[in-house]
Amino acid sequence: MPNIVVLVKRVPDTNAKITVSGGSLDLAAVKFVTSPFDEYAIETALRHKEANGGTVTALTLGNDACDKVLKDAKALGVDNLVRLWSEGWENLDSNGVQSALASAISDLGSEVVYCGKAAADSNAGSTGPGVAERLGWASVSNASTVSFEEAGVEAMIPSSSGQARVGLNFPCVVSLDKGEMEPRRPNVRGIMMAKRAVVEVISADAPTPTVNVIRYSPPAEKPPGKTYEGAGNVSSVVQALRNEAGVI
Amino acid sequence: MSNVIIAETKNGQLHPSTAELVTAANSLGGGITIVIPATSDSASATASSIMGVDKVITVIADCFSSYDASSWAAAIDAVAPAGNLILTASNDSKDLGARIAARRGMPIVQNVISINNGELTSPVYSGKALVTVSLNGNAVVTIRANTFAAADEGGSAVSSVVNQSADVGCAVREMIAKANARLDVSEANIIISGGRGMGGPENFAQLESIADVLGAAVGASRAAVDAWDGIGHGMQVGQTGKTVNPNLYIAVGISGAIQHLAGMRSSKYIVAINKDAEAPIFQHADYGIVATWEEVLPSLKAELESLLN
Repeated sequence: MPNIVVLVKRVPDTNAKITVSGGSLDLAAVKFVTSPFDEYAIETALRHKEANGGTVTALTLGNDACDKVLKDAKALGVDNLVRLWSEGWENLDSNGVQSALASAISDLGSEVVYCGKAAADSNAGSTGPGVAERLGWASVSNASTVSFEEAGVEAMIPSSSGQARVGLNFPCVVSLDKGEMEPRRPNVRGIMMAKRAVVEVISADAPTPTVNVIRYSPPAEKPPGKTYEGAGNVSSVVQALRNEAGVI
Repeated sequence: MSNVIIAETKNGQLHPSTAELVTAANSLGGGITIVIPATSDSASATASSIMGVDKVITVIADCFSSYDASSWAAAIDAVAPAGNLILTASNDSKDLGARIAARRGMPIVQNVISINNGELTSPVYSGKALVTVSLNGNAVVTIRANTFAAADEGGSAVSSVVNQSADVGCAVREMIAKANARLDVSEANIIISGGRGMGGPENFAQLESIADVLGAAVGASRAAVDAWDGIGHGMQVGQTGKTVNPNLYIAVGISGAIQHLAGMRSSKYIVAINKDAEAPIFQHADYGIVATWEEVLPSLKAELESLLN
């Protein structure tokens, strides 16, 4: 029966206002949540277990503030909660994050890993394929639906001509897009279990970062646009798109 | 320092974004090699003619007939010289970049929109902030399409061909063609998107007829995708959909929720059509029309037809 790992990340709520001051982010007043695409990864992991048995372990990398997203996953039905952390990991680059996660996944003895296609904060999408490469596993990214087989999974992924139905043997990493599925909501029993759940904290080696953040800045302000009242101004807008903007 | 561009091809031709990657590589400084993963040597001449390129290597392998992360990374890694690796920030190239970075034990910086004095800037937090990083060593870098100017033609780089093989990790069982031949929002220079304000999925036909005039793709807000079966997730622009960066984005009946802005705010020009003058989308629009779509779309189509046909 499959030993399933789902990667989750704590990120600012996508509704939150992000304040930048003096080259730094001020996230003090921001509510943090599980990254939206990770919810589809959790849902897929739980469906995999419901179909074929096994266990689901939610794994995150972060300090103790990240216990909350693990417990939220527990409330949905995940079995085990593991948090990966060491002192001095505040500024890991992708190389460090993936090395540590790959080593933890290897120690957990997993054969299939689900994650979101990208985290809502960085929008990078590097973790799934990067971890797979370090483990020497197959991977697909941006899967919209996954079905479960004895020795692997089948996933629908976007292709240049539409979609492709692809098969992967274990061990493999699958990153999830939104797709058609609706992630479940926690029930009362799940929430009670999550309160009592224990988070196992482990560590690993991670290389020193070679990508270093210099500063954050607010996005460039656009000059205010022109707003016209009424459909009679369509012609003015079309002319402006041709003559001012030069885009049509 | 050495920069290695991993180019994309489409139907055997070099993807036009390659010339933008050359400009990005130039701002990092150092020599430029273009590696073209392909099933034939049909794109190398175009790559050699980009100004500033020193060398073109076409890697020919069976696995390049359809995208597979692990075999592509292995085959390209075997051939690509050491240095910074530069790719376009498309779905497949971001994925491939991450695999090659991991294979070489390098970090990756995704979605770069500018490079100044060795500092790389990318949008983060759904475009609500920018992060600027420095590199202390080689990295894999993906570049957002449409943010760097294309390098000129007129170069004459040395070109070579290498045959390579690699074991495929994910086997394609079936290719499913798109329901219609319409352009995907992530590939389009012009996008016209509809939101809940369109009233129902049947009214998207009006957006499609304008898209046909413009050669545009049709997109949708999450609210529209979630509400109506006929509007597929593939059309969704925003936080849980696609991030797009077209020259022109026309938002029709879209209020401009922060999650929608996350997917389209970096568009060069934004047109908003909404009957509610208070809709937040107007704050981000270059041109706004406060009116119902029923009033605007027929005359928009007529104006565009007379201009473009």
